[in-house]
Amino acid sequence: MAEIAIKGVAKRFGGFTALHQVDLAIADQEFMVLLGASGCGKTTLLRIVAGLETPSQGEVWIGGRRVDHLPPRERGIAMVFQNYAVFPHLTVFENIAFGLRMKKLPQQEVERRVNRTAELMHIEQLLKRYSGQLSGGQRQRVAVARALAVEPDVILMDEPLSNLDALLRLEMRAELKGVLAASKTTTIYVTHDQVEAMSLADRIAVMHQGRIVQAASPVEVYRDPAARFVGSFIGNPPMNFLPASKAANGGWSVAGLTLPGPRSERQNIEFAIRPEDVDAGDDGLQATVRVIEPLGPHTLVTCDVEGGLFRAVLDSGATVAVGDRLRLAPKPDRIRWFDPETTNAL
Amino acid sequence: MNGKALPYLLLMPATLFLCVFFLYPFALVAFEAVTRDGAFTLDNFRTMAGSWKFPVTVSNTLLLAAIVVPIQLAMALLMASVVSRLETGRSVALYIFAIPLGISDLAAGLIWLAIFDQSGFLNTLLSTLGIVDRPIMFLGYQDKLTIFVAVALAEIWRATAIMMVILVAGMGLIPKEYCEAAEVFGAGPWKRFIRITLPLLRPSLQTAIILRVILAFEVFAVVAALGGTNLPVLMGETYNWQFTLQDRNVAAASALLILAISIGFTLFFLRVLRVPKEARI
Repeated sequence: MAEIAIKGVAKRFGGFTALHQVDLAIADQEFMVLLGASGCGKTTLLRIVAGLETPSQGEVWIGGRRVDHLPPRERGIAMVFQNYAVFPHLTVFENIAFGLRMKKLPQQEVERRVNRTAELMHIEQLLKRYSGQLSGGQRQRVAVARALAVEPDVILMDEPLSNLDALLRLEMRAELKGVLAASKTTTIYVTHDQVEAMSLADRIAVMHQGRIVQAASPVEVYRDPAARFVGSFIGNPPMNFLPASKAANGGWSVAGLTLPGPRSERQNIEFAIRPEDVDAGDDGLQATVRVIEPLGPHTLVTCDVEGGLFRAVLDSGATVAVGDRLRLAPKPDRIRWFDPETTNAL
Repeated sequence: MNGKALPYLLLMPATLFLCVFFLYPFALVAFEAVTRDGAFTLDNFRTMAGSWKFPVTVSNTLLLAAIVVPIQLAMALLMASVVSRLETGRSVALYIFAIPLGISDLAAGLIWLAIFDQSGFLNTLLSTLGIVDRPIMFLGYQDKLTIFVAVALAEIWRATAIMMVILVAGMGLIPKEYCEAAEVFGAGPWKRFIRITLPLLRPSLQTAIILRVILAFEVFAVVAALGGTNLPVLMGETYNWQFTLQDRNVAAASALLILAISIGFTLFFLRVLRVPKEARI
């Protein structure tokens, strides 16, 4: 059992605050992805869990044991580094065996485990080579095998796929998911790639400016962003936002449309909808088409709605031309509202 | 101009300079070592080796190198590890450690002479503290061991910094992630040093050791200042043959011997500390 609890962890570097009082609970065997733009503190948080960085305040618990005062080697973790950190002076075999040798396991057991994990990562033919003789993808596999070989309670991954080319990344992504699910470890995975996050995670913790903005399942993060930032960061293209003002009958008026919405003291709030959640029809938001991008499965249309940019994903069969005036009807159950001051969902 | 020729052209002046002022005199010395009165002979080497001082000279030099270099290596590694880990004041520490580098070896010898001399600092200190009644003669001609220890001390004091500077630079080249990975996978500080830092430091270790060993075989001024002729070393004997005994040919033979020893050790360390191409960072 290796559930992880991060309690009130903060990190300051001189005058800069990298993390503000972060709380996060990760269940045993859960695959948690920390997602955010560079500089949001996700790697710092991972390194604090690893013990490579000391928190300025707060506690880290792994498997019911408080670990923030322990060195990394006593935390029962393994880590895959962004640049792999495959030791150049050791063979692939010795790299994978490193953690096992440190635990002073008998040679027979070391060989058994190295061979098993090498087979799992399809690198059994590379065991005698050195890091300098491997491609980026192969080094990546060695780094993962080294982490799996110690059979850790927790695997920490710091942007492990970011140095691979697009095709390889896709392949490794699927493979990692399978391997890690089979290994039954708790995983924290740091990435700035939302597709990677969506496809791998049991839960995503979206981070922004040193805070966790939302921690939820990929679908929930996508459909019900807890804050404006999440909606604008996740999804490609991201969510559309339009200003809404209070209408007479308790509804909200958005670009000439009156919609039922949440109760709020404010006179002005924000309306949000995902590009794929609008239908072109006879009724809806008035939009003037600016750019049309046929993408195959669907067509991305960039429009002008009340002077603001608005993207809509239409059926690839739709016949539109630049300059057309469309009526885009938002699907009622997919409309989200945000408070413009706190940027939180209403 | 042909772009391929340019680098060679730019290297030309330095190469010519080395040929004229190094290779040519070297060839002359080598020639003198194997001739006498114009005829080829190995007599010069026989004369050199036949001298009663020769065995003790060789053993003194080798012993000095064998004691000084390992101690320096250990100290330099320790100092470099500490300096590399400093977050502030790193350059100040480096500068202070490097002060002896700015002093010539003769001056270093004289400084330590001023310490060990009959009227030197050490005797003054001892008598002020009332430990001795009258000055002790540390460096008398009968005290071979104290002279040896004094020379070793002076050499360690003088030339450890050069190794340290090379090692600090080498440690700076090792990406931090390797040590972090080792830490995560269970290596404590000592294991990380032995299993990660040392192997990855091999190229710098090689440079530092070779440089230091060559310098150790050329030890001269420090010995001359502290021991005079009481602790004969190879370089001192070469000087003797040339200037006291006025025999250029034997002096040349002696110089060639030092060169041969230096080359021998250089090749040895190049081989032992070699990093296979595939295992480089």
